[in-house]
Formats: sequence, C-alpha cells, structure tokens
Amino acid sequence: MARFVVRRVIAMLAVLFAISVITFAIFNVIPNGDPALRMAGRNATPQQLETIRRQWGFDKPVPVQYAKTMQLVFTGELISYTNQTNVVDEIVQGFPRTLALAIGAALIWMFFAIALGLYTAVKAGRFADRFLTVIALVGISMPVFWVGALMNYYLGFKLGLFPNGGYVEFSDSPYGWLSHLMLPWAALSILFIGVYSRILRSNLLDTMSEDYVRTARAKGISERQILLRHVLRNSMIPVVTLWGLDFGAVLGGGAILTETVFGLQGVGQYAAESISNLDVPPVLAITMFGAFFIVVLNTIVDVVYAALDPRIRLTS
Amino acid sequence: MAVEPAGLAVEDIVALERKEGDRPIAGVAPSRLALRRLRRNRTALAFAGLFVVLVGMCLAAPLYAEHIAHTDALKGHITDKVVVDGKPTDVVAPDGVPIGPTWHGRFFLGADEGGRDVAVRLLYGGRASLMIGAGAALLTILLSIMAGVLSGYLGGWIDTLITRSLDIVWSFPVVLLGVALGTALALGGLQIGPIEISGESLLIPLLIIGFVYVPYMARPLRGQVLALREKEFVEAARAQGLGPLRIMFSEILPNLSSTIVVFFPLIVANAVLLEAALSFLGAGVRPPAPSWGTMIGAGVEKMVSAPHQTIVPGLMLVLTVLALNVFGDGVRDAFDPRAKVRPQDGTSR
Repeated sequence: MARFVVRRVIAMLAVLFAISVITFAIFNVIPNGDPALRMAGRNATPQQLETIRRQWGFDKPVPVQYAKTMQLVFTGELISYTNQTNVVDEIVQGFPRTLALAIGAALIWMFFAIALGLYTAVKAGRFADRFLTVIALVGISMPVFWVGALMNYYLGFKLGLFPNGGYVEFSDSPYGWLSHLMLPWAALSILFIGVYSRILRSNLLDTMSEDYVRTARAKGISERQILLRHVLRNSMIPVVTLWGLDFGAVLGGGAILTETVFGLQGVGQYAAESISNLDVPPVLAITMFGAFFIVVLNTIVDVVYAALDPRIRLTS
Repeated sequence: MAVEPAGLAVEDIVALERKEGDRPIAGVAPSRLALRRLRRNRTALAFAGLFVVLVGMCLAAPLYAEHIAHTDALKGHITDKVVVDGKPTDVVAPDGVPIGPTWHGRFFLGADEGGRDVAVRLLYGGRASLMIGAGAALLTILLSIMAGVLSGYLGGWIDTLITRSLDIVWSFPVVLLGVALGTALALGGLQIGPIEISGESLLIPLLIIGFVYVPYMARPLRGQVLALREKEFVEAARAQGLGPLRIMFSEILPNLSSTIVVFFPLIVANAVLLEAALSFLGAGVRPPAPSWGTMIGAGVEKMVSAPHQTIVPGLMLVLTVLALNVFGDGVRDAFDPRAKVRPQDGTSR
C-alpha cells in the first residue's frame, strides 16, 4: 500500500511538472508572442524594447526563463506582465470567492442529482422518468454562460430579485453574500445535476438487478430500506469519484465561464482576463494551481480505491 | 462471432427475442440489430430529424441571405431604415440600440450593434459552429483510435508514453487549456510542416477542440482494446501469423466500431459547446466572423438594451446540442444496451 501511494505521488509530481512546461511553452514558443513588444506599447523605440527585455529577462534562453519563472511561483514573488501586480496575491485574493462558489454549487448539485437520480430510477420507463430524463438532457445541452446571462437579465435586471453580478464579502453582509452567489450556484449546478443524475440513474438500475438486492427483498426488508441502504450506497461510488474531480476543477479556477459571466472576480475570471492579455505569469500560476487540485483529488481517489479494492493495487 | 452478438449472454438474447416479437435475432449481425432498435426509438429519430433540419437551415444560409434578407453576414446597415408596422424605423437607433425582431424578411430576428442582420449571422454562424463541431469530433476520434489501439495493443513503453501524455492533457481544466491554446494560436497562427494556418482560420478552434477531447475518448477505447487483446480471435489471428498492424486495424478496430458510433454524436455535441465557450471568451472564432459563441459573447455585453442578440443564438445552440444529445442517447441505447462504455465527463463549465 505504501509503495502504491509513493508511486502515485511521484507520478503526480511528474504530471504537474509536465503541465508547467507545456503551459510555459504554449505562450513562449508561439510566433509574434514576444511579451516585450506588448509591454512597451505601440510606439516603443528599439532601446526601450531592449531595456524591457533585459529587465524582465526575455533575452535569456527559454529554459532559463522557465526556471526563473518557476522559482518565482514557489517563492510567491511572481509579477504579472500587464499590470505589474503580484500574481500569488491576486490568486489568494480571488480564492475565497472561488471556494464559496465551488462549495455551495457542489452541495446543491449533489443533493439534486441524488434526488433526481433516485426518483427517475424508481420510476424507470414511466412517463415521469422519460420526461425528467429529457429535462436533464436539456440541462446538459445549455452553455453555462448563456444560462447565466439569461438569469442575470430576467431574475436580476427585469424582476430585481438578485443583484446583477459581482460579489460581496460574507463579513460585510451575509445576506448580500448569499444573494450574489445564488445565481452562480444555480447556473453552475444545472449542468452538473444533468450529468450526475443520469449516471446515478443508470448505476441504480444496474445495482437493482444484483442478487444481493433480491436477497435483501427475500429477507423482508422494506423497499425504502433496500433502496437507500443497499442500492444507493453501492451506486454512489462512481458519482462520488466524479464529484471529487469536478469539485477540484471548479476549486482550481475551472469555472472560468461561470465566474466571468457573473463577474465574481475569482480565480477563474482572473485566468480568463490574464489569458486574453497574453499575460504568461498568471496563466502559468493558475494552470498549475488548477491542475494541482485536479491531480491531487485524482490521486486521493486512486489511493482510496486501492485501499478499498485490492485488485486495483495488484494490477496497476 | 457472426452468429452470436458480441458480448451478449444467452438470457440477453432470450430477452431481446421476446422484445423483437417473432423476428429471429440469431444469425443477425449486431449492428443490424442495433439499427433495428434505433429505428423503433421514436424520440431519438425525432431529434435526429430536428438536427437534420437545423443543419439544412444553416446550409441554406446563402440562399436566405440573398433572396430573403438581401444582405450578408458581415455587411452593416447602421444608417439604413426598415419598415416596421408601416413606419420606417432605424436599424440602429441614434443611442446605439439595434432593432429587435421585425418578423419580416429583412431583420427577421433583429439587428446587432453594427446593423448586421442577426438571422443571417445566425445561419452563417451555425455553419461555422457545426463545421468546427463535426470536424473536431472527427479529429478526436481519429487521434483517439490511434492512441487507444496502439497503447492498448502494444503495451510496454508505448503504452506508458501514450497514457502519461493523455493524463497530462486530461489534468488541464478543459476550458483553460482550450482558451490558452486559442489565444496563443490566434496571435501567431500555426505552422505544421509546409502547411500554414492563419490566426483567423476556423481550423484553429477545430484543431484545438479536436485535440483537447482526445483523452476523454482514448482512455475508454484503450480499456476496450486491453480486453479484446485477450480474446480467442486475436490469438487465432496471431497464430495464423498476422502482424501486429494487421491485427490492430483489421481484427481489433472493427470491434470498436459500435463504441465509436456511440461516441460520435455525443462528442460533436460537446465540441459545439466548447466552440461556443472558447468564442465567448474571445479565443475561438475571431469576430467579425460569426459563430454562435461569438454572437452570444457580443450579445451579453448588450444584454439590457438588446437581449435578442443573446437569446437567439443561444436557443439555436441549445436546440442543436439537445438534438445531438437525445439522438446520441438513443444510439447508445441501441448499440450498447447495457451501457458498458461511456465517454468520460468533459463538460465545459
């Protein structure tokens, strides 16, 4: 077991290293990507360009630049190209907003996905099941930024029920905090409820035909008990895996679209803004940050699985 | 293999025969059985029909533009007037607010802030979105087959190399990687050997989306190849002296066909959604060229004064993706009734 964990952790570090190299390369190997040209503005003299290049180290070979940048990431001294702010500070500032979005949405989507999955599985094949399955598909088919924009317009602007985007600190006004997060939570959850409830439904249906469920029924346990204790518990395993990974992705700034359309100013929106400015340092830091959460949660899931199921440990 | 449908146990066959009424299923190829099942799924067929209609509308864009709207996707009519309810009305009012839907030939669905016809842009934008979606899905499938078959069948260091690379791509948040690549490539274009692709080309988002989704499909394919490799027919082929290439592509690949058929509509749906997301963030199709994503992106900024600019392309996008998803679901039910393989979750948030 210990060897398995060590191997997974080494693989995880290797993946993170590769990700940082790729992200750096995407922005440094492209033609016309010279950051000095953008920083100096339109009418820069060659001398000014030269100064900026020397000052920021753009005259050094790319591997040296990479090493320097990574050093700054870990010492927390990384500076943005476009507005010269400290990247790590900006991420730390945006993180509570992203965290609030991720936790709230993850709880909402899990709750409704379980409810919907159970209901459709119990009613499988009937009208209610077919109707709700199509509704879940509609949820999956809607782009989150479009749903967000419509919510902002109809519920925020037209009806005035919710503020039109932005974010309020919890310590300033708990109510304001909640009302600013309701729509982002809802928009982000719609998609995931659709995905999760469909997976849960088919898992439930598979589990219901297992022999041990028949045994439980033969023992005279009530249908309700069978469903909640024997069937649901076993069907939840893949859904919980997925939940861990998606939660990690949102936490790491993966909800770029949701954060942008609601103007939450979290890590995801910072990523979107930095990318459109071709601002390499923040993009690099956020990609590392986001990939870190995905990879760490993936590793945790693998290790937990291996602890639960020895077959996985032996075969990989 | 031809007599017994792949992977079906005796009780499945009995159950299927009962469902089929008196039509025998022994001796019928699994793909024919699947088509038979698909043909009976009315919902799936209806949504497939809807998709065909939507594609047809987008293909007819030039006809609509020329004969009904009398404009094209890029021409602005800021200073024009159009007759609504008998009164001439500015296409774009002096305060910059474009006209809403007129429900007549010209500006049927209103105009945008540049005085361009939204309906015409919607159809041309659909061509871009659908072309990118379908092209990207084809690319994903080609790359995934290569990756999945090679790593699953050959094993060893090739397998390690391919799975590790897939892990790396998979560890990037989908939208983050897409947007980063899109922004970088739009600036510099792309050069693959002698082929040069400019930053404005639709091929850039197509290639990016096709690439980003590979791990989500290659991983399940590899899993299937791992199982198929141990089957007797592969051993028989090896015993006959067939080489690895021959076994991979003429023995194993045909057995993946139902998985590929199941994946295709679902990947197109996801690719169309990702195109919209990238274009919305300014890293996909370059404005002023229309696509549903760029139209929504431009519309969101004018949401309060001209909501039709956002609602219209969004509805079209949702209908298209929904049609693909419902049809794709039907295809999966028909080809893979016990849902053994599923594309991994790769949604754009």
